[in-house]
Amino acid sequence: MIRKLSKSVREYKLASLLSPLFIAGEVAMEVIIPLILAELINQGINFKNAEGVIVGNQANLIKYGLILVACCIISMLFGTLAGDFAAKASTGFAHNLREDMFYAVQNYSFKNIDKFSTASLITRMTTDVTNLQNAYQMLIRIAIRSPLMIIFSLSMAVYIHPQMGLIFLCVLPVLVAGLLLIMKFAFPLFEKMFRIYDTLNRVVQENLRGVRVVKSFVSEDAEREKFHSVSGEIYSIATKAETIVAFNAPLMQGVVFTCMLLVSYIGARLIVGSGGTALSEGELTSMFTYTMQILMNFMMLSMVFIMLIMSRASGRRIVEVLSEVPDLKNCDSPEKEIEDGSIRFENVSFSYSADAEKLCLSGVNIDIKSGETVGIIGSTGSSKSTLVSLIPRLYDTTSGTVYVGGKDVRDYDLTVLRDAVSMVLQKNVLFSGTIRENLLWGNENATDEEIRHACKLACADEFISTFPEGYDTYIEEGGTNVSGGQKQRLCIARALLKSPKILILDDSTSAVDTATDASIREAMASFIPSTTKIIIAQRISSVEFADKIIVLDEGEISAVGTHEELLETSDIYKEVYTSQQKGGLK
Amino acid sequence: MAGPMRNNPANMGKKISLDKNQSKALKRLAAYIWKGYKFRFILVFLCIVVTSVVSAASASFVGSVFDKYISVLIGSANPDYSELVSAILRTGGIFLFGIIAILVQNLVMVFITQNIMKDVRDDMFSHMQTLPIRYFDTHTHGDIMSHYTNDTDTLRQMISQSIPQLMSSVITIVVYFCFMLFTNVWLTLFVLLFVGLTLMITGSVASKSGKHFMIQQQSLGKINGYIQEMISGQKVIKVFNHEEKTKENFDSLNDELCETAYKANKFVNILGPITGNLGHLQYVLIAVVGGILAIAGLPFAPSLGAIVSFLLYSKSFTMPINQVAQQASSIIMALAGAQRIFALMDEESETDEGYVTLVNAKYENDILTETPEHTGLWAWKHPHEDGTTTYTELKGEVRFFDADFAYVKGKTVLHDINLYAEPGQKVAFVGATGAGKTTITNLINRFYDLEDGKVRYDGINIKKIKKADLRRSLGVVLQDTNLFTGTVAENIRYSKPDATDDEVIAAAKLANAHGFISRLPKGYDTLLENNGANLSQGQRQLLSIARAAIADPPVMILDEATSSIDTRTEALVQRGMDALMKGRTVFVIAHRLSTVQNSDVIMVLEKGRIIERGSHDELIEKKGKYYELYTGDTELD
Repeated sequence: MIRKLSKSVREYKLASLLSPLFIAGEVAMEVIIPLILAELINQGINFKNAEGVIVGNQANLIKYGLILVACCIISMLFGTLAGDFAAKASTGFAHNLREDMFYAVQNYSFKNIDKFSTASLITRMTTDVTNLQNAYQMLIRIAIRSPLMIIFSLSMAVYIHPQMGLIFLCVLPVLVAGLLLIMKFAFPLFEKMFRIYDTLNRVVQENLRGVRVVKSFVSEDAEREKFHSVSGEIYSIATKAETIVAFNAPLMQGVVFTCMLLVSYIGARLIVGSGGTALSEGELTSMFTYTMQILMNFMMLSMVFIMLIMSRASGRRIVEVLSEVPDLKNCDSPEKEIEDGSIRFENVSFSYSADAEKLCLSGVNIDIKSGETVGIIGSTGSSKSTLVSLIPRLYDTTSGTVYVGGKDVRDYDLTVLRDAVSMVLQKNVLFSGTIRENLLWGNENATDEEIRHACKLACADEFISTFPEGYDTYIEEGGTNVSGGQKQRLCIARALLKSPKILILDDSTSAVDTATDASIREAMASFIPSTTKIIIAQRISSVEFADKIIVLDEGEISAVGTHEELLETSDIYKEVYTSQQKGGLK
Repeated sequence: MAGPMRNNPANMGKKISLDKNQSKALKRLAAYIWKGYKFRFILVFLCIVVTSVVSAASASFVGSVFDKYISVLIGSANPDYSELVSAILRTGGIFLFGIIAILVQNLVMVFITQNIMKDVRDDMFSHMQTLPIRYFDTHTHGDIMSHYTNDTDTLRQMISQSIPQLMSSVITIVVYFCFMLFTNVWLTLFVLLFVGLTLMITGSVASKSGKHFMIQQQSLGKINGYIQEMISGQKVIKVFNHEEKTKENFDSLNDELCETAYKANKFVNILGPITGNLGHLQYVLIAVVGGILAIAGLPFAPSLGAIVSFLLYSKSFTMPINQVAQQASSIIMALAGAQRIFALMDEESETDEGYVTLVNAKYENDILTETPEHTGLWAWKHPHEDGTTTYTELKGEVRFFDADFAYVKGKTVLHDINLYAEPGQKVAFVGATGAGKTTITNLINRFYDLEDGKVRYDGINIKKIKKADLRRSLGVVLQDTNLFTGTVAENIRYSKPDATDDEVIAAAKLANAHGFISRLPKGYDTLLENNGANLSQGQRQLLSIARAAIADPPVMILDEATSSIDTRTEALVQRGMDALMKGRTVFVIAHRLSTVQNSDVIMVLEKGRIIERGSHDELIEKKGKYYELYTGDTELD
């Protein structure tokens, strides 16, 4: 995981290295400062004259004072630089992670996209990246700083007086053991607590979503009981967990106090016993400072450790996105030219996952000539959409071959193929932006003339021109400010702008009234006659005139023929037809 | 397991002051704590005082080691350490007392916090159950959810951490200030001066950081919005070969975010070293200035030991000062959360002025009388002002008289609705989205109340009927099936918790759901999760029909599902619906015309008015709006 993630550091390697370097400098300064301070006290304040009487020495005082001020400024400089580089490195790392993920998703095939839910992909690119950014910053700052601080301070303590350094060797294991013990008992409880939190959220969420059910069936009291029992569970577990954690601060304080007392006693004895030669009073003061530094950083380190463990899940989720291998690739020397809009399915079978028991499509053979209009009819779940999505190679067949313009779709360059095959998806999307900007997706160099023409073909011009701002009308995200029928017509216009060799409409006129539906069909027949048109529809009237109608049933072709032929030969077709004509309206 | 003290940069540099609402929320919260936990809270306060004093004592002890013991003993040839030892033991005792105080403080705080958390959660949810549908229709689920997650969590942090920390900081500052003052006046003045300087510097850095954080939030919002939109439309991107273009736009947003995030983080990062090193500087300067004063032997000059203690005091004095601002701003932020929680708790509950109740009944000598046992016969118990009570049999007759309705005052969405549904009749509503089909049914079960006009149920004005009883007499199958986590049986039993297993199975059979349930791995005990994600759409609908069927209500409201399901299940669902409708008054909100043809009456709605009514044949004959819809010349949805 770490190797994969560290690939995203890239150009921020230098900053990532400089930050710890400057931190090391800052730490060194912070450790030296108490040492010089000890000198200042010994040589300045405590300066003894020849008789051994403390008289102080102003010159020394000022000399060491200046050195110390310089140290502080250098330390501040180092610290500031370290902070600056750490910010640069961590935000840069986040930038690259986001970019890598977004790029990876752009290279995903439909199959890859289906694997992750949209919501989870979004969380991974937003929340998880922010988590890792924080963790990374912590790693190159505090996770470097604290151990260094501990090592430096400890070695200084030992340097001042080896025996006194031993105090820490005795005390630290106690602290470590205590912290580990607390973690060991608290961690499982917290994990359990988070799980129950999920349950609590679920209860609230289901209550909100089903609020009409709750009220209709007057089950408010039962819902309350459900909630109270979960919140009660949280209460008891959280109390247990927090009670254990409550021992954290007293433990820490106890260790600090113990160290102070030990240092005081041993220090005093050493100074008095040696007459100040084994340990000076200034050094004892430094000793106190080191004590605090060691223990404080120890605490910091344990917290960083916990934070890093917590961000592990985010890292794992990101790596999943990064290591997903796109399952569609161009072949080695892809074809860049597509002859015409003819399509041929040869023994095509398909399933969405390799281990599925049932195939979505099995043994499909179709032959469509360039320029033909083909209708596809079939009940929900008969794999109509699946069938057409094989033509622009949104998915690869499980077995069998799809030919476009006489060549296997796998031999084409994907971009070339998809430019030639324009597909209006069933679940279509408009993006936030003006109508014009949305239409330009089809062809970014389209002139206003071409745009208008495409919209006329799709019967979209008529309503666009009624908008006060016409083609500059702003479409809200998801196209919420236009009606379903209008949205569908815009999507058709967008697809037409590609001037495709093959145009696929996947149930794209379901919300359009029958009259408009008919005029769209007529426009296409007369203005783009050479384009192969494939129309999936629920309404028989939408496909009635097609050169050829394919009836799909549970992933197999049940019948092919013209409207009249199918009325004769296909029971399914006849059934659908009569059900739609019921009431004797003709 | 609190994380390391993190700056809250978004709030840094903001002026720390409370507005009116925040101080109201603070008072209310204080009242919450004070009312339930008065003595415990006082105990916590005492513990904090003890802790602060003990930690100050530890600093003064270090000074006394130099002054009282080392400097005294250092000259003697045969030093007597017994006094030092007893001083250490004494201090050790004080320390132990301090440690116990921290422990007590923490434990009591855990108790207070967790209890308040439980109370807040329970109160919030309990109250939420009483809120009218209007509340849920006007607030997004995400917003409501965040009261239970984010807002409660910030509240927890505030009660368990920020408030005690702030108290402790303030006490510590006061204590050390006194200590410093007692030790040396000149040095104290010097420290005050220096602290003022430090606050000025850090304040300006913090305000810069706050500004950049606001900008960063904006860029973050922009890129998150972009990611959201593009990932949702990823398939369209691929179909249009738009990957490169999308990447380009993404890159520019990503670069912008990187730049602003860098600036924002930079200022936060350098704040630490600046405060830290200014602290060092202060430390050094005190030593130098103190030393010079001592050497010069000026009046009020400190002793050597005094300087050493003073150094420790000054450090302990400065540290909390830098934290107070931060703690205060995190409290203000949490108050915003508390405010939102209180706002939810203050939402007005659904009112119920109804007094007519639904009771079990039986005919005794041809007179309808109330009976405690379950008879399958129900009656409306109608107490009158003159003390008499009448009983009306529950039949399921519903009438609308000139009903008008507006979600927002002044914007009437239903006009002059008159309709009459006799017991056992099937009434269908047809019309475009937004025509008011669902709204009419919302009026029958009083999810919303009429603006004008009247609705009578079995001849009784529904305003007089207790809401719970009214709703019990109405079964509902909604457009979106909402199942709850639990077993299949529990879900069916939802509308009648005391139903026997046989009743559950009977309801499932009626709804045509028994077949697929028996084929589930654990049958009726199969656990459903995530709104029945392990079932197909059609199966979920069958379950929701069974759920409505088990209560056997005389009136049903059926909102047809719009999402398409496979043909075979659809036939099953249709048959289940038909079985459910038999013998009941039914209101159907139709999304497909094929299902309304056998209704007794079809109401065609347009813009909140009934524009056509009649049977299918009559309406076809009329060649009006219904005819257009039926022949597909008008868009239905």
